[in-house]
Amino acid sequence: MTDNLDNTQNTPPTEPVANEAEAPVGEPGKVQDHFDLFVNDEYQDLFANKRQYEGAHSHEKVAEVAEWTKSWEYREKNFERTSLTVNPAKACQPLGALFVASGFEGTLPYSHGSQGCVAYFRTHLTRNYKEPFQAVSSSMTEDAAVFGGLANMKLGLENAYKLYNPKMIALCTTCMAEVIGDDLGAFVTTSKQEGHIPEELPVPFAHTPSFVGSHITGYDNMLKSILNTLTKDKKADTTNGKFNFNLGFDPYIGNIRELKRILGLFGIDYTILSDNSDTFDSPNTGEFKMYNGLTTLADTADSINAEGTFFFQKYTTPKTQETITKTWDQKTYNFRPFGIKGTDEFLMNLSAITGKPIPQELQQERGRAVDALTDSQAWIHGKRVALYGDPDHVFNLTQFLLEMGAEPVHIVVTNSNTDFEAELSEVLTNSPYGQDATIWGKKDLWHLRSLMFTEPVDLLIGNSYGKYLWRDTGTPLVRIGYPIFDRHHMHRYATLGYQGAINQFNWIINTILDELDRQTNVPAKTDISFDLIR
Amino acid sequence: MTTVEDRKDLIDEVLEAYPEKGKKRRSKHLGVKEAEASDCGVKSNKKSVPGVMTTRGCAYAGAKGVVWGPVKDMIHISHGPVGCGYYSWSGRRNYYVGTTGVDTFGTMQFTSDFQERDIVFGGDKKLKKIIDELEELFPLSQGTTIESECPVGLIGDDIEAVAREKAKETGKPVIPVRCEGFRGVSQSLGHHIANDTVRDWVLPKADEYRKLPNGFEPGPYDVNIVGDYNIGGDAWPSRKLMEDMGLRVISQFSGDGSFNEVVMAPLAKLNLIHCYRSMNYICRFMEEKYGIGWLEYNFFGPTQIAKSLRKIAAQFDEKIQAQTEAVIAANQARMDSIVAKYRPRLEGKTVMMMVGGLRPRHVIPAFTDLGMKVIGTGYEFGHADDYKRTADYVEEGTLIYDDVSGFEFEEFAKKLQPDLIAAGIKEKYVFQKMALPFRQMHSWDYSGPYHGYEGFEVFARDMDLAINNPTWSLIKTPWETAAA
Repeated sequence: MTDNLDNTQNTPPTEPVANEAEAPVGEPGKVQDHFDLFVNDEYQDLFANKRQYEGAHSHEKVAEVAEWTKSWEYREKNFERTSLTVNPAKACQPLGALFVASGFEGTLPYSHGSQGCVAYFRTHLTRNYKEPFQAVSSSMTEDAAVFGGLANMKLGLENAYKLYNPKMIALCTTCMAEVIGDDLGAFVTTSKQEGHIPEELPVPFAHTPSFVGSHITGYDNMLKSILNTLTKDKKADTTNGKFNFNLGFDPYIGNIRELKRILGLFGIDYTILSDNSDTFDSPNTGEFKMYNGLTTLADTADSINAEGTFFFQKYTTPKTQETITKTWDQKTYNFRPFGIKGTDEFLMNLSAITGKPIPQELQQERGRAVDALTDSQAWIHGKRVALYGDPDHVFNLTQFLLEMGAEPVHIVVTNSNTDFEAELSEVLTNSPYGQDATIWGKKDLWHLRSLMFTEPVDLLIGNSYGKYLWRDTGTPLVRIGYPIFDRHHMHRYATLGYQGAINQFNWIINTILDELDRQTNVPAKTDISFDLIR
Repeated sequence: MTTVEDRKDLIDEVLEAYPEKGKKRRSKHLGVKEAEASDCGVKSNKKSVPGVMTTRGCAYAGAKGVVWGPVKDMIHISHGPVGCGYYSWSGRRNYYVGTTGVDTFGTMQFTSDFQERDIVFGGDKKLKKIIDELEELFPLSQGTTIESECPVGLIGDDIEAVAREKAKETGKPVIPVRCEGFRGVSQSLGHHIANDTVRDWVLPKADEYRKLPNGFEPGPYDVNIVGDYNIGGDAWPSRKLMEDMGLRVISQFSGDGSFNEVVMAPLAKLNLIHCYRSMNYICRFMEEKYGIGWLEYNFFGPTQIAKSLRKIAAQFDEKIQAQTEAVIAANQARMDSIVAKYRPRLEGKTVMMMVGGLRPRHVIPAFTDLGMKVIGTGYEFGHADDYKRTADYVEEGTLIYDDVSGFEFEEFAKKLQPDLIAAGIKEKYVFQKMALPFRQMHSWDYSGPYHGYEGFEVFARDMDLAINNPTWSLIKTPWETAAA
C-alpha cells in the first residue's frame, strides 16, 4: 500500500479501544484507496454474499457465454445487426463546433437548445485536456419546444454578452432546436435589432443536428460559418501574401505548435484557422483567463485574401474547403504531414508553393526521425495492428504503420464515408504490408471486439475506450486519439511532422516493449526472456 | 459589519454585472443563511437563466446517468442520436462487480444512433429491431430500459407501445423512460421520471419478476440501501456498516444494483436512503403502497456516521442497538488517529461547495470533523426541501447559491478566497487556474470511496493533498514574487 503523502509526518496511532465488535481490517491511520480496499477478503466476502440477492446467472453460465462471445459464431451474429450500435467511436456535431470555435479570439461558444448538451460537451473536452472549457446554452425547456427558442436566444445572447464580454459568439444547435426548426438567422437578426446584443458583434451560426454526421461534421459546419461571417465584404483586390492552415478535429494541440514552428523555420506568413492550442493548454499564472483562442478576428477576416489554404483533414472539412475554393476563389491544398513520407510530401509542396527552400533544420530532424525508426524497426516489423478513430486520423496512422513495416489488419471507422474508404483502400493495396487489412466503415468497438477475438492482433491503437478491449482481449493498447481520459498530458505532444513521428513511434515501440516485459516476468518460468537489453 | 450583511453586499455587487432581467431572476437564487431562519432563503428548482453558464445537465442525465444507469445487469439504451450516450459513457464511476458485456453492462454504450431518416419516419421500428438484436447478442441481460433523448419526444414516437410488445415477447422487463433533455429544469426531473417508471413498470410486476435467494424468508432486519450510486465504491462500506450492525441488506438500489434487487426492495422493512433528492419519490411510494418506512442517513465523517447509525438502530431492537454501539466503538481508534493526523493540517481552512442534490449539505460534517469550515454552498438541482434540510447543516453567514452561474461562482470565490473549492469537473480547472485548491465532489476526483469509516480516511487524505499540494507554491515565478 502506497501512501502518497510523502510530505506529511505520520502521527502515531492512538491505542485501539478493546471491543467486542470485530476490529476493522487495515491499520489505523493507513488509508486504503478503492483499488486496495475492495480486493480485501472482507469486501470479497461482502460481494459474494450480495450476489444471492442479484438473481445472477451461475458463474458457469457466465463463463460459458463469455467464451461464446469470443467465437466466430458470435462474430457473425454481431455483424448481422442493422440497428443497434454498441460502443461507437464517434460523438455528435456540436462537440466539433465548440472545439473549432474556441480557437478564435474572444469567442464564446453558444449551444442553442436544451442545456444538458453543453454540460456534456464541456465535461468531455475538460476531461480530455484537464483545462476549463467555457460555453453557454439557451437552456430551452418544454415551453420552448412548443413556442420555439427565440425568447431563450434573445435572453441568452444578452446575458452571455453582458457577463462574459465576448468578441464573437459562435452559435451552434442541439437536436431539440433542429427538430422544432428554429430559424437561427432570423433569431440572431431579431436579437440584434431589439438591442440584446450589439449590431456589430459577429454571431456566426451553424446548424449542427446530432442525427447527421458526427463531431467532425459539426467542426466543418461551424468553421464554415465563422469564416463566412468574418470574411464578408473583406475580399481585397490583392492577396495578403499569407497562407491559411487548418488542422481539423485534431486533439493534439502540440500539432498546432509544431506546425507554427515549421512555418517559422520556413519564414512563411500564416494564419491558423483555428488556433485552440492555448485554449486547451493555458499557463497557470494564478489568474483565470476565459478566452485563449489565438486566431484573431482580424486575421480570420483577412484569410479570404490569402494565397491559399492548407487542409490537413480532408474528410473533416469538405464544406469549408469547397467554400474557400468556390466562393473565395482561393487555392486549397490537402496534405497529411504525419509520418515520414506524409511530412516529406507536405514540405516539398509547401516549398514549391511558397518558393521557399526546405530549411536545413527540418532536414536534420528528418534524418534523426528516420534514424530512430530504423533503430527500433525490428520490434514493429510485421506486427499486426487494429486501429480505430476518425477517417483522417486513421488514414494518417495507417500510412505511418505501413512505412514502418507494421501490418494494419482491422481498421474501424464509425463515422466513415465511401470516398475515404476508397482512398485508404488504394493506399493499403499498394503496400506489401496492407494486404491483410480490412476497413470496417460504420462499425463500432463491439464489432472490433469480435474481430480481435477471432483474428487476433499484436497491438491496438485507439482512444481511452480501447482499454476495455485491452482488458477483454489482452491486446496491448497504444493511446492515440480522442478522448484520452485515463492518461495525462498526451495532447501536449505533437504527432505532426518529423518530431511527431518520433513521438508516435516512441509510444508505439515502448508499448510493445512494456508488453514484452509483462509477458516475461514470471520467475523460473517466462523470465528466461526477461532481457535487460532489448 | 456582520458576516450576513457583508455577504449580502457581495451578492448585490456580483449581481450588478447582469442585465436587468437576468439580475432579477438570479437574485432570488442567491442568499445568506441567517441565524433564526429555517431555510436558506433562496428559490430553487426553477428554469436556468439562458446564457449565464449554468452547470446543470438534463433529465436524460438524471434518468440514465444517475438512477437507471447503475443497474448493472440491464441494458440501458440511449435512444436517439449518438451524443448523449457517448458523453455519458463510463463517466460516472458507479462501480459494480460483474463480467462486462456478458452479465453486466455498466461501462458500455448502447445507442440507437438516430439518423435523419429516423427523425423523419420515426424510430419505433428501429427500437424494436434493437431490442431483438440485444437479445441475440446479450442473452444474459436481465432487461432493458429505453432512455429517450430530445428528438424522441418531439417526433411523437410511442416507445411505451414498443416496450409493452417487447416485454411480452422477451419475457424480460422493457422499461420506457421519457427523459428527453428538454423536460424540466435540470437532472432532477429525470430522477423523478426514472422513479416513476419503477413505480409504474417494475413494482406492479415485482412478484412475477423476483428471484428469491435459496431459502429466503423475510426477516425483521431486512433493509434496502436506496440512492447510493456507488461512486468509487461508496455503497460498499455503507453496506458493510449496516451488516456489521446486524441488518440484512436485501437490495442496493441502484449503485452496484441488479434488476432483481429492484424487485426485492418491497420485501424490506425499511428503506435507508442516501440521496434523498433523486430517490425520495420511490421511497414515498413504497411507504404508501407497502407500508415500508424510510430514513435518510449520512455516512460522511465519523460524527455523522455515528449519529446516522444510532438513528437507524433506533428503528430496531436492543440487539441491533448494542451491535451498533460496538461498531462505532470499534472504529473509534481509527477515526481518532486519522483526525489526529489530518486535522492539524486542515484546521480553520475554508471551503466553498457546489454539487448536485445531496452533497452540498451532507459533506459539511466531514469537513467539520477535520476542523474545516464551509463558508458557501449550493445545489445544481436542489429543491426547497433540500435547502430546508441544509439550514440544519450550515452556520449563520454561509453564502448560499442555487444553480450558480460560472460568473457568480468565480466572483464569489475571488472575493472570499476559500482554501478549497469542492464542485464538479467543469469548475475544477477554472479555479485551479486561480491557484485555488479544488476537489471534484461528483466523481471524488477519481478517488473514493468517501462513505463510511474507510471512506472518511480517504476523504481526509484527499482534502489534505489538495490543499497542501506543494505545487501551489510554484505558480508565481520567483522573479515576479521578488519584485512584488
